[in-house]
Amino acid sequence: MEEAFQPNEFEAANADQLGDLLQKIADHKGCGTSGGSGKASCGTSAGPADMAPEVWEKVKNHPCYSEEAHHHYARMHVAVAPACNIQCNYCNRKYDCANESRPGVVSEKLTPEQAAKKVLAVASTIPQMTVLGIAGPGDPLANPAKTFKTFELISKTAPDIKLCLSTNGLALPDHVDTIASFNVDHVTITINMTDPQVGAEIYPWIFWKNKRVTGVEAAKILTDRQLQGLEMLTERGILCKVNSVMIPGVNDQHLVEVNKAVKSRGAFLHNIMPLISAPEHGTVFGLNGQRGPSAQELKALQDSCEGEMNMMRHCRQCRADAVGLLGEDRSAEFTTDKIMEMEVKYDIDARQAYQNKVEEERMAKVEAKNAELQTLAGEASDVSILIAVATKGSGRVNEHFGHAKEFQIYELSTKGAKFVGHRRVDLYCQGGYGDEDSLETVIRAINDCAAVFVAKIGGCPKDQLIAAGIEPVDQYAFEFIEQSAIAYFKDYLGRVNRGDIQHVVRGDADIRQGAFIEV
Amino acid sequence: MTYKIVASQCTSCSACEAECPNVAISEKGGTFVINPKKCTECIGYFDVPQCVAVCPVDNTCVIDNSLPRYQPAGGAA
Repeated sequence: MEEAFQPNEFEAANADQLGDLLQKIADHKGCGTSGGSGKASCGTSAGPADMAPEVWEKVKNHPCYSEEAHHHYARMHVAVAPACNIQCNYCNRKYDCANESRPGVVSEKLTPEQAAKKVLAVASTIPQMTVLGIAGPGDPLANPAKTFKTFELISKTAPDIKLCLSTNGLALPDHVDTIASFNVDHVTITINMTDPQVGAEIYPWIFWKNKRVTGVEAAKILTDRQLQGLEMLTERGILCKVNSVMIPGVNDQHLVEVNKAVKSRGAFLHNIMPLISAPEHGTVFGLNGQRGPSAQELKALQDSCEGEMNMMRHCRQCRADAVGLLGEDRSAEFTTDKIMEMEVKYDIDARQAYQNKVEEERMAKVEAKNAELQTLAGEASDVSILIAVATKGSGRVNEHFGHAKEFQIYELSTKGAKFVGHRRVDLYCQGGYGDEDSLETVIRAINDCAAVFVAKIGGCPKDQLIAAGIEPVDQYAFEFIEQSAIAYFKDYLGRVNRGDIQHVVRGDADIRQGAFIEV
Repeated sequence: MTYKIVASQCTSCSACEAECPNVAISEKGGTFVINPKKCTECIGYFDVPQCVAVCPVDNTCVIDNSLPRYQPAGGAA
């Protein structure tokens, strides 16, 4: 395993592009809020302090709109919308869309009636399930009858569940009033470009007014409709998130322009996601060797767009039939066969009681973080580091290193602990003993981190992490993540100042490609 | 009477079903099929066959060579 990982191979390959990107960032920073330390960390992680109360009310238990909420609340998607009205080069419909729904796993198509039953079954089993989204596997608004029938059924039987949808925007202006009439107050639009020349490289065709339209003409229609739809939604007070797929060499630099365009039209949150493009997905990008961004490239672009606009960094690019907390998928528990057999009793009071307990836990977490932050008040340092955290939710360091399916990444500085992303990894520990190749994958995925926080870790991986320059930290087992991270950072600075350790700038890291591996 | 859907290619996305002006397309055994008695190749409705234009997989909605081409009523051309 020694020969395997050369962190510098990224830097050599991508140095030019990263340099260009950083220049763009420097240019763009001027138009954001330069001060705004509160806003900058917002990524919707903060609470009411930097957000209008009515907006906070809408997002506080929506895992896809609030980073903070995603530790505590779950969402589900129902796959009632198989048809699509555009073709994207990162999507292969034979295996579902590679970016917005995970590839290789065939979603069960549901009728609206089956979907409504499934929502009730899941909501009764998972009381922290607060959000129902329709995200495909095609486009919800290319299947308007099925999409709105599903909303109608669910709003009757489970009125406490928030409804949202995710669309490519082509049909959006035609349906804004219907969306508003069902009290859908979260809509996500995937906007990858505002320049039709760029669009022509991403979208081979659209289906428009009973014809297939291609090239720049198609991209022009699409961008006009997307921006028009976005304006119409924000005028009606509907919260809009914009998803963008970062495609290096195609739209990576252009996404800074997209960010400005959507911000000026009132989008609430911008979610820049890495392209997923493995050849086995059979997408155009996968087959022609188009690469996705590295972790450093993605973070640089996200950082550059973070001015007055909230950036989302906790997106898991989940499947159109995902169920559970972000980063977990319990859809296998709720197949159509199983839900049809389930005796479902929808108890809205029990759900509320459970969610009240979650809120108490959240308050305790925020207070602990703030108290710990006070102790950093006197420190002044330019040092910032990334750490990786093994967690299974609730905002705590509560996962065994070997059981982690993903690590959450926090950036630590004297400003505090800020969530900046996550890294998916293969399950490294299976059956209790380590597999060297998988450990290598994990190290690649968190190579930019100075430390990894775990509830527990074995001796062998511990030694190999140390050899790779990543400090394994298990002293905060089951504690709150942010409070622990701030305490660790204070200790880190102390050790650097005393000369016990040397602060080194870490290299880049991998963003894992390919489908999520179920166990 | 003339377009057909290559079952092995069909993703069952249902996009064609909603676009067909003749209501000739329906789901059968997991994929979609065109009723040749109803298909008019979209002649008289649209410039291009709608199932072909909307289908996400190329060469999936194709002319069925085992059947005669559609002849519009009134003997046009």
